[in-house]
Amino acid sequence: MERIERKSLITYLSRSVPGATVVTAHYNNVLIVEVISSEIRNALSFFKRNQQLRFDCLLDVWAVDYVGSSQRFEVNYLLLSVTNQIRLIVRTHVDEFSGVQSITSLFKSSAWLEREVWDMYGILFFENPDLRRILTDYGFEGHPLRKDFPLSGFSEVRYDDGDKRIVYEPLEVSQEYRSFFFKNPWINKHE
Amino acid sequence: MNNLVLNEIKNYTMNFGPQHPAAHGVLRLVLELEGETVVKADPHIGLLHRGTEKLMEYKTFLQALPYLDRLDYVSAMSQEHAYALAVEQLLNFSVPLRAKYIRVLFAEISRLLNHLLAITTHALDVGAMTPLLWAFEEREKLMEFYERVSGARLHAAYFRPGGVAQDLPVGLLDDIFVFIKQFTLRVNEIEEMLTENRIWKQRLVDIGVVSKFDALNYGFSGPMLRGSGVAWDLRKVAPYDAYDLLDFSIPVGQNGDCFDRFLIRMHEMHESVKIIQQCLDNMPVGDVRVNDKKIMPPSRALMKHSMEALIHHFKLYTEGYRVLSGETYFSVEAPKGELGVYLRSVGGNKPYRCRVKAPGFLHLQSLDLMAKGHMLADVVTLIGTQDIVFGEVDR
Repeated sequence: MERIERKSLITYLSRSVPGATVVTAHYNNVLIVEVISSEIRNALSFFKRNQQLRFDCLLDVWAVDYVGSSQRFEVNYLLLSVTNQIRLIVRTHVDEFSGVQSITSLFKSSAWLEREVWDMYGILFFENPDLRRILTDYGFEGHPLRKDFPLSGFSEVRYDDGDKRIVYEPLEVSQEYRSFFFKNPWINKHE
Repeated sequence: MNNLVLNEIKNYTMNFGPQHPAAHGVLRLVLELEGETVVKADPHIGLLHRGTEKLMEYKTFLQALPYLDRLDYVSAMSQEHAYALAVEQLLNFSVPLRAKYIRVLFAEISRLLNHLLAITTHALDVGAMTPLLWAFEEREKLMEFYERVSGARLHAAYFRPGGVAQDLPVGLLDDIFVFIKQFTLRVNEIEEMLTENRIWKQRLVDIGVVSKFDALNYGFSGPMLRGSGVAWDLRKVAPYDAYDLLDFSIPVGQNGDCFDRFLIRMHEMHESVKIIQQCLDNMPVGDVRVNDKKIMPPSRALMKHSMEALIHHFKLYTEGYRVLSGETYFSVEAPKGELGVYLRSVGGNKPYRCRVKAPGFLHLQSLDLMAKGHMLADVVTLIGTQDIVFGEVDR
């Protein structure tokens, strides 16, 4: 199959992507498409099954926490089309409670990636068959990559020689983590 | 009726790891066995989770770089490569040609380091101990090259956004030349030992067959994807740094089994030697870092008599540089597969979000697919062929 030209791809996407989407930006070899969260599965299904696009590989799912905005989390899906040699980021915004539909039925690779996003951010993926925590400890509480989760966490672990086992204790640090503010005369030039 | 219930045989559930030497680190694998056949494999990961992505959000762009070394610790520089290129893309500049060649040279040395470990520990797990001893001898020499450019044998922090930390020491290229001359022989020895070895083939051929469709569906990359017959290598498809100036080929498998992936890794080592040879031949003279004092530090000598250089140095190592609001995703062909770095900056001196896309994470996910129906002993082969390193799986 002939490769799609980048320019024609952008026009093609902006015309034919289901679910009222806007093609926002593109940098180097990656295009970004924004989709409303309820349409995410339909959109990804379209990208996968469309015979011209053929995004048949889901490489990554990750989230970004914009704490303070109403749709707090940005969930990104990185698709790759091996035939066309293009990458596409499909992006959606959700708040803490609504969650998105799982796409495990479309891409097998998404199962663990969704688990990781759930573990780190607490975003629910409906219909994911196995939405356990994946990277954090058994019995861990909280979602560590959220911006309001402190860097040092809440509990610490040590081996208790008397009890002959690992014990969990509330964190005790003698000093808060220090974040320095660098006074910069050029700061307003940039922002 | 009662009799029937008694005759029902329950599947046996077994823990593999987390302290099993063949688990390549801290993998806890819950295996459901029927006799000796694997019915279900459920990897429990996260035992080496250090919160790299969270930590990077609290460091400046330069301070975040050494964390990348500690992900896949057997091919440290390949990861720095992805990060350095991502930051450069965000800042919108490119590095001098010499720096590009040095980076490619050391990225390929990293590939040798990784494949030597991957193949020979795989062989060790399967029962051949000798290649490991040979390969670690070679790894020692390669790590000495790491040490000579950066001062560290493993966690180099050598590639920086804006070039490399320092120029190559005198005589290093000559020594690398001497090394690769004898290295080809060492690789051939390993090949002689393994490729036609009856036991090795019995353990690898037709084990863990992954179809082209599954490989893409599970998000494979690197040798795992090429083993299944997909000709996909980012060094060819989207060349970064000096790869478009170099001549090399990409081995692609046919059967998608463990043996094909072994052959691909062997062949890639020969190709890496070819690339290193070309880097030595064509190494240009010139700067190894961008001439922008806001990004790379001034030379030590200049700092002794220039106040401005001293200020630049101080500001760079305390505040770091500010990166304009923006985002980028950059991926490189790391030895294990596609390693991508997504960076989001909101204008500060720290990344707002840094996402590391590690190839091993997706490979390990497919263990259930690959192990289903195989014997327990084959699980060891499969973990070996996936080339799992927990630094990058758990992050």
